[in-house]
Amino acid sequence: MNHAQASDIFNIDEPRVNWHDESLWFIRQKRDKAAWTLPEWETLRGLASQIKDHTLANMDTLLEQFEAKAQANGITIHWAVDAQEHNDIVLNIMKKHGFKKIVKSKSMLTEECHLNPYLEKNGIEVIDTDLGERIVQLRNEPPSHIVMPAIHLKKQDIGDTFHEHLGTQKGATDPQYLTEAARQHLRVKFIAADIALTGVNFAIAETGGFVVCTNEGNADMGAHLAKVHVACMGFEKIIPRAEHLGVFLRLLARSATGQPITTYSSHFQKPREGQEMHIVIVDNGRSTQLGRPDFRNSLKCIRCGACMNTCPVYRRSGGHSYHSAVAGPIGIILAPNLNMKKNADLPFASTLCGSCTNVCPVKIDIHDQIWKWRQEVVKEGYVDFSKKQGIKLMNTVLSNPKIYRLAGKIGRSTMRFAPFLVNNGLNPWYKQRDMPEAPKESFRDWYLKNRK
Amino acid sequence: MSRELILNKIRQNRPKERVEMPQNISFEANFSDKIEKFTEVLRGIGGTVLAFENIDDISEDLNPQILKSSNPRILNNQAYVNNEFSDAKTTINLVPEIAFGNTDISKINDPHDLAPVDVAILRGQFGVAENGSIWLDESDFGGHRVLPFITQHLIIVLDKKKIFNNMHEAYAQLDITKTGFGLFLAGPSKTADIEQSLVIGAHGARSLVVLLTDS
Repeated sequence: MNHAQASDIFNIDEPRVNWHDESLWFIRQKRDKAAWTLPEWETLRGLASQIKDHTLANMDTLLEQFEAKAQANGITIHWAVDAQEHNDIVLNIMKKHGFKKIVKSKSMLTEECHLNPYLEKNGIEVIDTDLGERIVQLRNEPPSHIVMPAIHLKKQDIGDTFHEHLGTQKGATDPQYLTEAARQHLRVKFIAADIALTGVNFAIAETGGFVVCTNEGNADMGAHLAKVHVACMGFEKIIPRAEHLGVFLRLLARSATGQPITTYSSHFQKPREGQEMHIVIVDNGRSTQLGRPDFRNSLKCIRCGACMNTCPVYRRSGGHSYHSAVAGPIGIILAPNLNMKKNADLPFASTLCGSCTNVCPVKIDIHDQIWKWRQEVVKEGYVDFSKKQGIKLMNTVLSNPKIYRLAGKIGRSTMRFAPFLVNNGLNPWYKQRDMPEAPKESFRDWYLKNRK
Repeated sequence: MSRELILNKIRQNRPKERVEMPQNISFEANFSDKIEKFTEVLRGIGGTVLAFENIDDISEDLNPQILKSSNPRILNNQAYVNNEFSDAKTTINLVPEIAFGNTDISKINDPHDLAPVDVAILRGQFGVAENGSIWLDESDFGGHRVLPFITQHLIIVLDKKKIFNNMHEAYAQLDITKTGFGLFLAGPSKTADIEQSLVIGAHGARSLVVLLTDS
């Protein structure tokens, strides 16, 4: 199912779409308020972007530096070319110890690699511990948002899920009560887990350490109790220096949820005594993206989700319609790199309004890249016949003034004298909106008459 | 093998133009009162901040929810802790100035044994006014990194002179390699994953009380 078809289904329940739209817009507004408290906000965005530009240009040496420092700190480094190798590395660490249970904190990378189904197929019990991720895991759904995985669900949905899986009272929907139930349920899992997997928000080349940000404390509850801690990162998570954390930690939470900082910004430097710590550095298409000058900026992303919260298409189509681990505008420019054919519809899931670019804390030119991906997708022949013919026809009309004027005239008279020809289900523009009233004459006709 | 494949491809594909690396980044914050800013921000994210200076401050400073109003006379940190957490069963205290705590963390080997801890009192190293966070590292945790997360309630004692304006000031004097683990902690554990309703007490501590002191 492509993005447009999935959006149609999402839009059947109109009040629910409005609710989804407003929830996300509310978070966008919180982001604005937080950003406006800092007079240096725009300068910070510029600095963040520049640090990331420097990082992309020195990626190889920074990774080598990071690896050497981390190894000196007693951390084992693994490299994975693709998703399969990443998944095998995690599974092999577990097999080596004979572990059967793993607790995970949020990691979009492991979603991208489809780690959970792979481990489960190999007899491992996988527990997502971020509340939102646990909710969607229990429902057998993927996350619909990178920061708020269950943003598409109502508390009634979650109440039903918890009643079924955690034994909460039937019909109970109080968020406080449901969160408490999850806390009790997951405490047991944290205590029982032998191995914890976390994501990485920032990996510091200068120190060989890494930072993980959460509000719930689930990454820390897992990592500090388990015998083995595995942290998985796409190689673009690297930053040169600890000092740069000052810039990124100021931007991240404010952009994501409007908080001044996440509750926990944990700096892991060495394994604790008796603990084993691993870092898996994953490529999975990133080095290819690095070689595309038009698209390499997408690797600067710090996964705050601000572009999703502001996107008029995301807010009204929901994260699942993007059929990709990362949804929204940033997902649109990341996914075609992984599989252009499968994700050829995504660059068209945008109005190109540019709001994503305006809120991006590292100044990725998101909407420009979306437009450029459209061209790539067409060049590769992944656009369906009717869209291609439509664009060709439009090209003929718009580049030929005589045909353009004639088409305008026909259009105006049709809409005035035979509106039923356009106000019907065959016209996609008529869906969810009325066609406008057609003017009697075009601006050109008016101008020719009145220019004296 | 994979390492070389990845690094070689990166070497081939990375942008070749040189980009200056920003360093010694600083911004002036100039909050008229850093302590006040720190307090205001930390309260805004669900923390309780108390500074006992004289009796008049008390009614204003004490969060009625925490104090449950049945508490007419709290003069200092000691009295506050005694009063507020008197029913706590398992308590750990790593701040010698306060007489509290019934469990010696140095006798605990397995971090899992900290599961029953109700209250932990720790000393924080410094605070950051712009975001209400406090830096702590594992030298503050009595040998167990999980302590500030696994405890039901967390109390941090912080010297009010040690508050920086913003994160740049904080990192300028912080050495994150000094120990194996450290963090900026800002408020109690929270989540808004259910319909964006803020719930305090997700997986980490259910409450955070910061006691500001003069030393």
